[in-house]
Amino acid sequence: MITIKDLKKAFLNALWFIFLTFPIMVMKVNTINDTLIWRWMNMLYIGVAAFVFTLLGKIYTVRKANRSEIVKPSLIQIVNSKMENKKVRYSSLAAVVAIVILYPFLMSMYQTSIMTTALMYVVLGLGLNIVVGFGGLLHLGYAAFYAVGAYTYGLLFYHFGLNFWLCLPIGAVFSALFGIILGFPILRLRGDYLAIVTLAFGEIVRLVLENWNEFSFGPSGIANIARPMIFGQKLKLAQVTNFTYFIAVGLTILTIIVIRRMESSKMGRAWEAMREDEIACQAMGIDITKAKLTAFSMGAVWAGIMGVLFAAKTTFINPASFTTWESIVILCVVVIGGMGSIPGVIAGALIFILTPEYLRAFSQYRMLIFGIALVVMMIFRPGGIIPKIRRSYQFAADKEETQEVEA
Amino acid sequence: MNLEYFFSLFLGGLTRGSIYALIALGYTMVYGIIKLINFAHGEIYMIGAFTSLIIGAALAMSGMNPILIFVLACLAAIVYSAAYGITIERLAYRPLRKAPRLSVLISAIGMSIFLQNYVLLAQTSDFLPFPLVLPNMKFLKPIEHMMTTTQFLILISTAVVMVLLTILIKFTRMGKAMRATSQDKDMAQLVGINVDRVISMTFLIGSATAALGGVLISSHIGQINFYIGFIAGIKAFVAAVLGGIGSIPGAVLGSFVLGLTESFGTGYISSDYEDAFAFIILILILIFKPAGLLGRKENEKV
Amino acid sequence: MSDAPVLEVNDLSMVFGGLRAVDNVSLNIKKGEIVALIGPNGAGKTTFFNCITGVYIPTHGEVKINTSEGSAVLNGLKPNVINEKGLARTFQNIRLFSNMTVLENVMIGRHQSLKSGILSSVLRTKKNRIEEQKVIDDSYEILRKIGLEMYVNELACNLPYGAQRRLEIARAMATNPFLLLLDEPAAGMNPQETNDLVELIERLRKEEDITILLIEHDMSLVMTLSERIYVVDYGKMIATGTPEEIKNNKEVIKAYLGEDIDA
Repeated sequence: MITIKDLKKAFLNALWFIFLTFPIMVMKVNTINDTLIWRWMNMLYIGVAAFVFTLLGKIYTVRKANRSEIVKPSLIQIVNSKMENKKVRYSSLAAVVAIVILYPFLMSMYQTSIMTTALMYVVLGLGLNIVVGFGGLLHLGYAAFYAVGAYTYGLLFYHFGLNFWLCLPIGAVFSALFGIILGFPILRLRGDYLAIVTLAFGEIVRLVLENWNEFSFGPSGIANIARPMIFGQKLKLAQVTNFTYFIAVGLTILTIIVIRRMESSKMGRAWEAMREDEIACQAMGIDITKAKLTAFSMGAVWAGIMGVLFAAKTTFINPASFTTWESIVILCVVVIGGMGSIPGVIAGALIFILTPEYLRAFSQYRMLIFGIALVVMMIFRPGGIIPKIRRSYQFAADKEETQEVEA
Repeated sequence: MNLEYFFSLFLGGLTRGSIYALIALGYTMVYGIIKLINFAHGEIYMIGAFTSLIIGAALAMSGMNPILIFVLACLAAIVYSAAYGITIERLAYRPLRKAPRLSVLISAIGMSIFLQNYVLLAQTSDFLPFPLVLPNMKFLKPIEHMMTTTQFLILISTAVVMVLLTILIKFTRMGKAMRATSQDKDMAQLVGINVDRVISMTFLIGSATAALGGVLISSHIGQINFYIGFIAGIKAFVAAVLGGIGSIPGAVLGSFVLGLTESFGTGYISSDYEDAFAFIILILILIFKPAGLLGRKENEKV
Repeated sequence: MSDAPVLEVNDLSMVFGGLRAVDNVSLNIKKGEIVALIGPNGAGKTTFFNCITGVYIPTHGEVKINTSEGSAVLNGLKPNVINEKGLARTFQNIRLFSNMTVLENVMIGRHQSLKSGILSSVLRTKKNRIEEQKVIDDSYEILRKIGLEMYVNELACNLPYGAQRRLEIARAMATNPFLLLLDEPAAGMNPQETNDLVELIERLRKEEDITILLIEHDMSLVMTLSERIYVVDYGKMIATGTPEEIKNNKEVIKAYLGEDIDA
């Protein structure tokens, strides 16, 4: 399978990458104390890695070419067909429910708090998925809506003492309005321009929060925001952590139900049609302006709600939490999980947030690996970890023929 | 009105504009050829700056002549950035040439995240003082308080690069092939143009000019870190869009407009919102003149 | 009902920079007619369609419809509003929603007929559920009529070429138009597929009470189907008449075969 020619190519690739990474990987300067460290071992690692990956790439392409005809059902399809069985479906659902309910009682407070964060990213991912996955609009300023929610609660609490529950819908509405405000100027823009304008919008929001001290208290932010309460009762820290966790669980379930229903509604179909072909979409009678604006505002709602929860969970907010990086992290969740796929986005968020927490050694490499993952995903698996499975319909007239589910 | 203050802002604006132009060229050339916003382009610029810092610092320890060090470090930056540019295109964009545009764009964002973190992990997250400083030139003495040697050098090199690039594109075989490829990739291939090579060449030239910009601005500002590519990249992109993306004279014009706006904006209005000027210009231009100052309007074929 | 033509185009022009892609074209179609618009490549036929359906705003002229609900001028309206008025079209270079299923493609055509808003679909009200079920049933019915029912759950991009062209028609029919504009419906089809298409178009006119304007290069299809033909060349209308008249028209032959036909 591997010829001398391949080995030669791998060797040349190894040399190229050694050359390419030489100054940055091998040399390390510190111009403050004028030191220069040579790290020769890195050269070896890079060479070996480039060599091995070239050969692996070769093996992959050869195997892909050979197995073209025999399509094996993927793991997801197998799981999916197992789920068709009611018994399997209900028992696995029961297991998930049990784990979710027992989690905070079995795990430490720290673990519960991490899980709450992961669930928040599930909701953020699902919200952004409306814009990116369904609508096909690459949005790089999503954290701005998250900020709108957080500052809505922070400021309303600070000035008027409004509580968490009241602010939850207010944050959602404010955020949706912001979505529409952003939506208007970009209605005419195509994919790549849209990406850069949303990015600019996100940065403008952050710059305003950072510099308009009278309004947002600048970089020092707002501290001592109240945590969520039940019936006006203040809870102990351990209790409130569990309580916040259950709020996050509740909101996640709500999000999943609502977004699933939106997806299979008139509006959801319009969003997807817009992603596929804007001109044909209009020719079919869909108002593209309305479709874009609803996609932006319905996507923003969830960021607003999560912003409120974030402010209540951490009790402190400042502009540093809402940078472009935050937007990109949420985008990674959606893209790696699977654009347009609800289970995919959930899986993406859990993997993305939990792995770095549990593999501490790995956490500093998080963004490095996810950067590469974006590239690799786009090349080898553009549908994400769990690609979207389209709904299939059955009709009395031809039951036999429509039994097969197309993925 | 203080005329001297005005002039120093003006020169500052020109300097900024020149740097944006050096970076914006790469965006606009790549966009012209493969219709991709190369999000990793800012990182190429950052890698150029870092390479020159490393090589320059290493050479400085051997006690070489500072001007020679500057030239060598500059060359190293150009060579390495060009190499990174070509490699990135090969790995992250070429396999996606037939894929939807959204996929390529995401791949570019992934590459940008990767490169930032690569430099962060392999080097440092701290700001490092930039070691390449040029001695002041004598003939600039009278206007030294308004224009430093580095600023002077930035203006000169930008002008030279622009002239060379115009010659390359207008009068050489490669330039002709580039123009053909940007018009119609399939047709260019049919008439015997090696499209892959043309695209590589575009990345090479764009990356090399960005590296030059990286070295010059770093020695002007005096310190760098792994994050400089992000903001500079976005601003240069704004400049490219402002001038009309895909148009080389447009990128230059847009860069100067942006540089001057920022310089006067921070000088006369407020320096808190320095970065916001670029974004506001971007949003305004896209609303009112989406094709940019010198760009052509693209009509989608139905 | 009056005898006024359902579609009336008066002195329509479309100018791109210095190019007059459509130059003072007038055309009218009576209810129930099948009319063809022919002409050499680049004559401005698709541009003409784009002007009528709102993709472009014509530089000059008027596009008017007369239906039982009265007359309306379509110039300057957005494509989706024009569709709402009862004009539906297909595309020359197939523009299906490729990553959606065949049924979903047709369901999108039903978009206008749906009344429920976001809130009622999120709450899954009874009205909404009934409406959704009706969309699914109606769409399936349309697919059955056009002969695509075996592909309901396939992705549109996985369909054979001929079926994709038919799906374009199905999707347009789903918007419930009185006038159907077909842009080269037979392009790239084999003779068998073309015959099926002719049969389909005739059946649609009969059963669905619809008027059809089509652009086509396949002359046998044009001659069998259409009652009247308009010929354009370089953006100008050069002839109009029945298929017989057009066949013998000198101008038309010249446009198709070149200047020196008589030489």
